Amino acid sequence: MADVIATNQTILVVGGGISGMSAALEAAECGKDVILIEKNPSLGGRVSKLYKYFPKMCYPTCGMEINLRRIKANKKVRVITMAEVAEVTGDTGNYTVNIKVAPRYINNNCTACGECSDATEAEFDNEHNYGLNKRKGAYLPFFMAYPQRYVIDPAVIGTDDADKVKAACKYDAVDLDMQEEDLTLNVGAIIWATGWQPFDANKIQPYAYDRNPNVITSVEFERMMDPMGPTGGKILRPSDNKEAKDIAFIQCAGSRDRNYLKHCSRICCTATLKQTTYVREQHGDDGKSTIYYIDIRAIDRFEDLYTNAKNDSNVSFIKSKVANVTKDKETDNPILNGVDTEGYNRYSNPHELVVLAIGMQPSVDFAKLGINVAINEHGFMENDAGNGSMFAAGCASDALDVNRAVQSATASALRAIQVVNQVSTTEGGA
Amino acid sequence: MAATKKLGAYICKGCGIADRLDIKQLVSTATRDGKMNVVKEHDFLCNSEGVSMIQADIDSGEVDHIMIAGCSKRAKTDAFSFDSVAMSRANLREGVIWVRPESDDSEIEETTQEMADDYIRMACAEVKFMTVPASSGEQGRTPHVLVVGGGFTGLKAAVEVNKAGYEATIVEKSGALGGTAAQLYKSIPGRSPFADPQQPEIIDLIKQVESNSKINVHLNSSMDNIGGAPGRFNADINADGNIVSGIFGSIIQATGFTNYDAGQLPEFAYGKSPDVVDQLGLEMLAKEANGGAIKRPSDGKEVENVVFVQCVGQRSEKEGHLSYCSGHCCLTSVKQAMYFKDQNPEVDAMVLYTELRMPGAGGEDFYRNGQNKGITFTKGEVSEVVPGSNVTVKFQDLILNEAVELEADLVVLATGMVANSGVNVETCASEDDDAEAAAVNKEQAVLNLDYRQGRDMPQLVNGFTDSHFICFPYETRRTGIYSAGPVRRPMDMVQATEDATGAALKAIQAIENAAIGRAAHPRSGDLSFPSFRKEGCTQCKRCTVECPFGAINEDEQRYPLFNEARCRRCGTCMGACPVRVISFENYSTDTVGQALKAVDMPDEFDEKPRILLLACENDAYPALDMAGMTRQEYSAFVRIMPVRCLGSVNTIWISDALNSGYDGIILMGCQKGENYQCHFVKGSEMAHYRMSKIGDTLEQLNLEKERVQTYEIAITDIHKVPKIINDMAATIEEIGMNPFKF
Repeated sequence: MADVIATNQTILVVGGGISGMSAALEAAECGKDVILIEKNPSLGGRVSKLYKYFPKMCYPTCGMEINLRRIKANKKVRVITMAEVAEVTGDTGNYTVNIKVAPRYINNNCTACGECSDATEAEFDNEHNYGLNKRKGAYLPFFMAYPQRYVIDPAVIGTDDADKVKAACKYDAVDLDMQEEDLTLNVGAIIWATGWQPFDANKIQPYAYDRNPNVITSVEFERMMDPMGPTGGKILRPSDNKEAKDIAFIQCAGSRDRNYLKHCSRICCTATLKQTTYVREQHGDDGKSTIYYIDIRAIDRFEDLYTNAKNDSNVSFIKSKVANVTKDKETDNPILNGVDTEGYNRYSNPHELVVLAIGMQPSVDFAKLGINVAINEHGFMENDAGNGSMFAAGCASDALDVNRAVQSATASALRAIQVVNQVSTTEGGA
Repeated sequence: MAATKKLGAYICKGCGIADRLDIKQLVSTATRDGKMNVVKEHDFLCNSEGVSMIQADIDSGEVDHIMIAGCSKRAKTDAFSFDSVAMSRANLREGVIWVRPESDDSEIEETTQEMADDYIRMACAEVKFMTVPASSGEQGRTPHVLVVGGGFTGLKAAVEVNKAGYEATIVEKSGALGGTAAQLYKSIPGRSPFADPQQPEIIDLIKQVESNSKINVHLNSSMDNIGGAPGRFNADINADGNIVSGIFGSIIQATGFTNYDAGQLPEFAYGKSPDVVDQLGLEMLAKEANGGAIKRPSDGKEVENVVFVQCVGQRSEKEGHLSYCSGHCCLTSVKQAMYFKDQNPEVDAMVLYTELRMPGAGGEDFYRNGQNKGITFTKGEVSEVVPGSNVTVKFQDLILNEAVELEADLVVLATGMVANSGVNVETCASEDDDAEAAAVNKEQAVLNLDYRQGRDMPQLVNGFTDSHFICFPYETRRTGIYSAGPVRRPMDMVQATEDATGAALKAIQAIENAAIGRAAHPRSGDLSFPSFRKEGCTQCKRCTVECPFGAINEDEQRYPLFNEARCRRCGTCMGACPVRVISFENYSTDTVGQALKAVDMPDEFDEKPRILLLACENDAYPALDMAGMTRQEYSAFVRIMPVRCLGSVNTIWISDALNSGYDGIILMGCQKGENYQCHFVKGSEMAHYRMSKIGDTLEQLNLEKERVQTYEIAITDIHKVPKIINDMAATIEEIGMNPFKF
């Protein structure tokens, strides 16, 4: 890592999801030096785990391929994975950032041939699939992973599997003695593109996520649809691996609720409307989607998705905040209980699978990290003159969809450039 | 091909390549068939030693065109990154050994080896016809952004551009800056606490613009003409009757929106009662009241009860209504209801809605605060507003499921945003030899581009300007011109702030790209540009018509006039040209045409068919790579060639391939149509169109139509691509070999 050169002309982007990649690339394609750090072993972030994007129903890895090509072609962007910010000191236009880089135990020699993975036995929860299946101790996070380089799970170090990995590699790519590294960078501006995480569904006790396997989250549902994913692209009930055709979607799971997240997570309504098309894609007229909602927030042209769903006789809408989810002991079917506010009718509806449209919350607790920036009560970072030259991009700033996240990332790239152009006296704008 | 090219081939033996393939044979193929001057093999080419070996040959001047045989061109790009040389890659790993079974069967070994030998031949032929791109000399750096529209978005964009050190010029059609934002009494809060209406930022923004010497403003002005290209747009501004010309590096279109005319909806009594206003009308009343009680227009009585009707003429499939949701109106109504409640909590303020849409952190807080201030929200569908001394609102209460009539002093209609996107270039009257049509279009247009493909930005859906929309929201079909604000999609001012700032980045990026002749997205950094051999051109105009980006105009003699900085380097023009006079230095009819001819064509009676697969390099090719990574087997008879875009595929390649003995041809491009996924917008569509005409060629050659197949492939079609290849192999087995083998 000694070859990382940064100055107060350099822009540091923290987070390698769609927002971080976009911010880094947009700045670099203006001619700026950018360091992009990501805590996971690969770039891609949350969107790399989605099956399709609304409203075009296209595949997120398509845009990711373009972004990776841009990164590969641009020498102004330096990517460091498995890296996290430990400390930031300094002020506007001149920060010193301490970064911890976790050991990958695999060096640049890796050709991604995959022999190390074949050699190992122990299995671990697969993070890319939200633990819906297992991966080996030596693994490529997913097929589109960049850098295209394997990783060794730290839990393997010191076990027989570690020796097997070492023996399997013909290219001297395995380094079991690799240690955590400290990296100190001087940068002119920092873009926090640290993204979001799904609200912890275990906390929503009435919905039984922690005790009924047939209650899953919307992000897990996305993984089920991936043909290369944990269920081979099939919608399966975790309790018995049977195909689920009658699916309930509970909106605002964790959002718009004083007990959990007070804010509206913006994307969940449209994401659910999108997911009803998955049910149709898989089961045709045999698939049934029921949406329990407060308001359907499908703004702009997303309204078309709502209109299509309303016109689909296999999709029904119940205006209700679901009170709780119980279980039919014979069938393992979750039962949704509550009151339909359009007419005030009580219901007790069994479904084969329940998908919680889970809320978005910021991934990083900036206050805990000791970063002195304006944070609102929802934990999102707000742009503020007092933030110096630190800017939020994407879901670090609000609950956003991909389009708005990229927009925000592009804007944050400009804000960072404004700072480094001011610092600069010899280059940049006129 | 210049005689001075020094060709080097480097063959990797790692990742099992040497275990599965005869390396000696590959070396001999590169030497004898590939005619490479230097041919080297290496156990592990991507390690530092292998890379140093290649770099040493480059540094000593021994090679300047290199062919690397090993893994896919998508892999190990950090290692194989050599400046100043042309490079091709032969995919022996993902493309050969990972998709072929490991077997002692000599026939399988033989066909697998043939596959690898052919990929070496193809990559050698390709690199021979490549040149390292050099800039064209057309470059110019003009650090000055033209902003069309002086409303909130335009002003914000100009200020942000200037903060980065660039100059800006604003063209505003009205006599004052500020647009719709300047008509507002207060604005929705953009920061926490999202509690109360705020002083609008616009006042300060106008001051910033007016006091900044690096921001020029033209009021009562419009665009008369915009020619040129990024880096050197020459614009004629009709400034209050006088034409002012200027050179600009890039353009931001911030022409905003027009309020949907509620008068088109007779059932809402707008225009029949002065006490029925739209949201902008309410802002005017609030401004007049200036913190005092808001009075109703009919008789000046202080409003005691007010009803806000949401989704008026929008979110509706009815004729003449807007099908979309304008996004801001729920928040705006809450803000406006607060005008009443903050002044006098006793005023009844009711919002009638079908869905309340106040997303994000701020939206929900603001809504909750509205509830705390005593605004009532009722889910109901309004059927009629009846004028009278008091206005009556008739609606169906959707919660209680009953018909309700309500009297109000004032009714506010939440109508939608209609984009000011000018003339629809896809549906407007053709201007060819029609001066009248030209005059009408010119009058309606907001940019008045001097482009072969129309005066304004193409529109995407619902009349909003074109955008890639999801991953790359700023990418339009007009390089260096970025739209921002409600002309791009309906949005509120919080979002317009981000949008204007983002567009400002793209505008300065376009300037920097144009300054050094670098391509814009998605082939960012590519220095090549289309060159054209004038003597061969038949002036058929296909290139000018088919270019998705309007990059090619016509000169006075009707020859194509390429505007390098407008070009995205997709090669659609190259695919369109029937006489093949258009090429790029690093991608041409030769690099592809020669590669596909380089394949060793077995005799008809060998029963070894050859299938050519031309694959879009962004989606189909990665899907094929991932099929390799997951070890899915496919026919050894296929020869895959990545292309920039299926739009760059020239039908002559297809007829040449059939003439030279290929038994089947597969084309894999991206989804076309309304939800197109082609990153060059129209490339895949053009290819499908052209291939629909290939039947004639097949008929002339007396060949079966099944031999040429075109598919829309997504990057996730990892299981589908091997099946398509195998199906084609089976089809050929059925219909027999192509008789044109020599």
